[in-house]
Amino acid sequence: MIIGLDVGGTHTDVILLDGRHLVREVKITTDPENLFETLLAGLDAVTKGFDPKTIRRAVLSTTLATNLVAQQKLPDVGMVVAGGPGIDPRHFRTNPLYYTVAGAQDHRGREIQALDEQQLLLVGKELKQRGVRYAGVVSKFSVRNPEQEEKMASLLRPYVEQVFMGHRFSGNLNFPRRIATTYLNCAVYPVHKEFFKVVQQSLAEKGLTMPIRVLRPDGGNMNIESSLDHPALTILSGPSASVIGAISSAPPRGTCLVLDIGGTTTDMALLIDKAPLLAPLGIEIAHYKTLIRALKTESIGIGGDSTVRVKEGKLTIGPDRTCKAMAYGGSEPTPTDAYHVLGYGGSGDTAKARAGLEPVATALDVTVDQAAHMIFESACRTILNGAEAMIKTINSKPVYTVHELYKGSQIQPDHLLLLGGPAPQFACQLRTMFDGEVQVVPNHQVANAIGCALARTTSAVTLFADTALGKATAPSEGFTQKIPASFGLDDARNLTDRLLREKAIRRGANPDKLETEVLEESQFNMIRGFNTIGKNIRVQMQLKPGVISENRD
Amino acid sequence: MLHAKNKTGLVFFPAFDWAISPSHPEREERLLYTQDQVFEEGLLDIEGIVEFKPDLVALEDVQRVHFCAPTPEAVMTESHFISAGGAKTIGKAVMDGTIERGFALVRPPGHHACRVVHGARGFCNVNIEAIMIEYIRKAYGVERVAIVDTDCHHGDGTQDIYWHDPNTLFISIHQDGRTLYPGSGFLNEMGGPNAIGSTINIPLPPNTSDEGVLFSIKEMVLPILDDFKPQLIINSAGQDNHYSDPITNMNFSARGYAELTSLLKADIAVLEGGYSIEGALPYVNTGIILAMAGLDYDHLSEPDYDVNRYRQSRETTKYTEQLAGKVLQLWKNRESLQEKARAESNSNQRSRSIYYDTDNIEERQNETIRICDDCGGVLKIESAANRKKPILAIHIPTNGCPACQEQGHQWFETANPDHFSDIFLQDRPNDRYLSYND
Repeated sequence: MIIGLDVGGTHTDVILLDGRHLVREVKITTDPENLFETLLAGLDAVTKGFDPKTIRRAVLSTTLATNLVAQQKLPDVGMVVAGGPGIDPRHFRTNPLYYTVAGAQDHRGREIQALDEQQLLLVGKELKQRGVRYAGVVSKFSVRNPEQEEKMASLLRPYVEQVFMGHRFSGNLNFPRRIATTYLNCAVYPVHKEFFKVVQQSLAEKGLTMPIRVLRPDGGNMNIESSLDHPALTILSGPSASVIGAISSAPPRGTCLVLDIGGTTTDMALLIDKAPLLAPLGIEIAHYKTLIRALKTESIGIGGDSTVRVKEGKLTIGPDRTCKAMAYGGSEPTPTDAYHVLGYGGSGDTAKARAGLEPVATALDVTVDQAAHMIFESACRTILNGAEAMIKTINSKPVYTVHELYKGSQIQPDHLLLLGGPAPQFACQLRTMFDGEVQVVPNHQVANAIGCALARTTSAVTLFADTALGKATAPSEGFTQKIPASFGLDDARNLTDRLLREKAIRRGANPDKLETEVLEESQFNMIRGFNTIGKNIRVQMQLKPGVISENRD
Repeated sequence: MLHAKNKTGLVFFPAFDWAISPSHPEREERLLYTQDQVFEEGLLDIEGIVEFKPDLVALEDVQRVHFCAPTPEAVMTESHFISAGGAKTIGKAVMDGTIERGFALVRPPGHHACRVVHGARGFCNVNIEAIMIEYIRKAYGVERVAIVDTDCHHGDGTQDIYWHDPNTLFISIHQDGRTLYPGSGFLNEMGGPNAIGSTINIPLPPNTSDEGVLFSIKEMVLPILDDFKPQLIINSAGQDNHYSDPITNMNFSARGYAELTSLLKADIAVLEGGYSIEGALPYVNTGIILAMAGLDYDHLSEPDYDVNRYRQSRETTKYTEQLAGKVLQLWKNRESLQEKARAESNSNQRSRSIYYDTDNIEERQNETIRICDDCGGVLKIESAANRKKPILAIHIPTNGCPACQEQGHQWFETANPDHFSDIFLQDRPNDRYLSYND
């Protein structure tokens, strides 16, 4: 059996799955001040009465790292950055102990300015003197050649406990995002490590020794050992749990809009032919733009408990939540009260809901039923408008080849998948407004935790080959190899595939079930004067995110 | 956190699957390293810098500018529809106020494409700036436009298109035509008899450095722009004045380009040439984008830049200073020069041969303009490519006066179809394009 646990802002959902069969579901209140207790309480409740040996693993999505970042409760770390020509790297400062040093590489990874080693040693001494234990090093174009970062790390290592290198987190170009990602990783590293150490110990004391995996915002997971050095890759994993939870219900072909309707917000995401759509670069959290791979998700301020108001004769819903719905004893009217009045179901007190909507109806000069209809339609309209805006942005993403531009593939959802508490009631209304199938995901209240449990291992590898330099590099894997002039796109693809499979197995994937796919590939002839001097090849591959196969044992 | 001072839009279209031929300078790889640099700098993450997807340009947008023989489809590839469309997308965004400034970082380029197009010359098929400008004129009613062409090659195509248009100021700064393709762009090329002074050429000697180019902007271009008072400034932003460019001989730097951009304050920049794809383009384009956005570029420099190595000679400085005197004098005297030009016999006629180096076509042209004080004048062009049967092309300008309009229609209606393979009428007052052929 597999445990899936998803810590949310208000509730933590925990489930136990046997194959695809939901054996138990538990909902407990999240204590943001004490996630450890929340986690243990959840795991306790879901495993109570079962033999610990029958539990094969647990997949956790926590808000630990996310909260640290959002609340700016981050320890002092040292960031050392080698910029080179371009924007002054001082503009990318992430934290007080941020140092820029001389040293530069160009777009092909050739060193154009040597590192100032003396400067690095001084930084090391200062960090040590200040008692800083973790440092991050980033150089421009390190994904094309990690040597400078490796050198920087080796120079700093004698002075601190651990040094993190920017090229390890992503193969994508974007120096400022690489700096932010490396910084966040340094900063959440100690808390993440300590937390999961204690979790593992406490579970072991209860006889729960199953492997633990941590969910990632790209809809996959990694084993806890891999997560220790890359905790940043687990930040903001929450929304992806729901998306994976919806995959099993999605049709094999077509575009599916996934709506996870919560109390305060609705999270939106897209599935194309059952595969989740990825964000182009990475998550954005607080004011940090990162290279942390993530599914494309967006949140809008409408949920079941959004506060309904009438301002100057106009109806407004959300974006805030005051408390629970009046049907459940709250003090302000909400969309939940509206669907109670409309008779779409719900376990609350319809009379209280009706009484709650009365002031709204009076202010709008309509009947209570009319007010309920207006509220609920308006809430759903806001959600659909939000989805439309997100899809418009996705469809207007620039492309860089004539072929892609003329192909002009545009996505348009033909299917809605709803999950979250009030999913069935919202479905009733959305069916009248959406041109396509509207479906509620089975076990919609805990589908996010089911998503956690079923998520596959994910990882991606970017390879860069330059036959003129005679070198192939996959910096995130610490991989560099000499290549012959005859090295071509097929060789590059095969090599990337091999590296990806190796990485996936290290991260805990089932070697027999690896589904790899090419995200991007290109090959350019490099011509100088009238001579072809070589080929410039780029390949990016990933493990397809999705759900684990049913007969995995 | 970086924040653009001027909201700046970018259309980036590197056409990674399009080339004139595999080893041609205008090939797939051209903007690859520029893309790498732009992405690695995180330019598109900066608050106030936005990227747009290019629209395809419409046939009527092309026909507002060009006479394509026999048709636009015959002389344009898909990539030309995109690069011209990219310029148009930026033009629209600026005019709609979505952005304050915009840069169409697109290929293939366009400034060697003349009004009549039989094929490609100087790597250009259609003039993407002119297509954008004429779209803007039609859609937004803008009249006075200035184009400052800072490509190292004389922008002879743009010059040709606006030769007779007193409402479009065309200034080209380039390496002296005695030393570089296309071999034109001298001081005495000042526009047709209805528009003398609306074409200004600033031919600089080979090996001119930042100092000389920026001097030309400050001492020639800016004062003339001040006088002309354009509603819109377009920069044909070629990048081949760079010291590392393989097909030219100038010594301009990336930071020089950024400074030029800051000085010029163009509303719209459109990429033209520039073939030092590794040593120059990544840095020059980064510099232009930063400067357009009003961001600091002090840290920007090519890895191998050596200010002493690329300092210009004293002779060059002196030559440029004298050149400034001549250019400003010509500009000041433009009205008397126009009178003088009109007084010459056959001043309404022009006969030329135009060579298309890229497609190896020899075009013969005979042009007749109606001398007019009320508008740019109706224009008639007979053009034959490689001694084939000629086409007849008649252009009535947007603000064409009644007499010129009447003359244009009369030329079109009375032309003898037996003499021409195609007869075209660009009727700009009615925004229509008519043709008939045998």
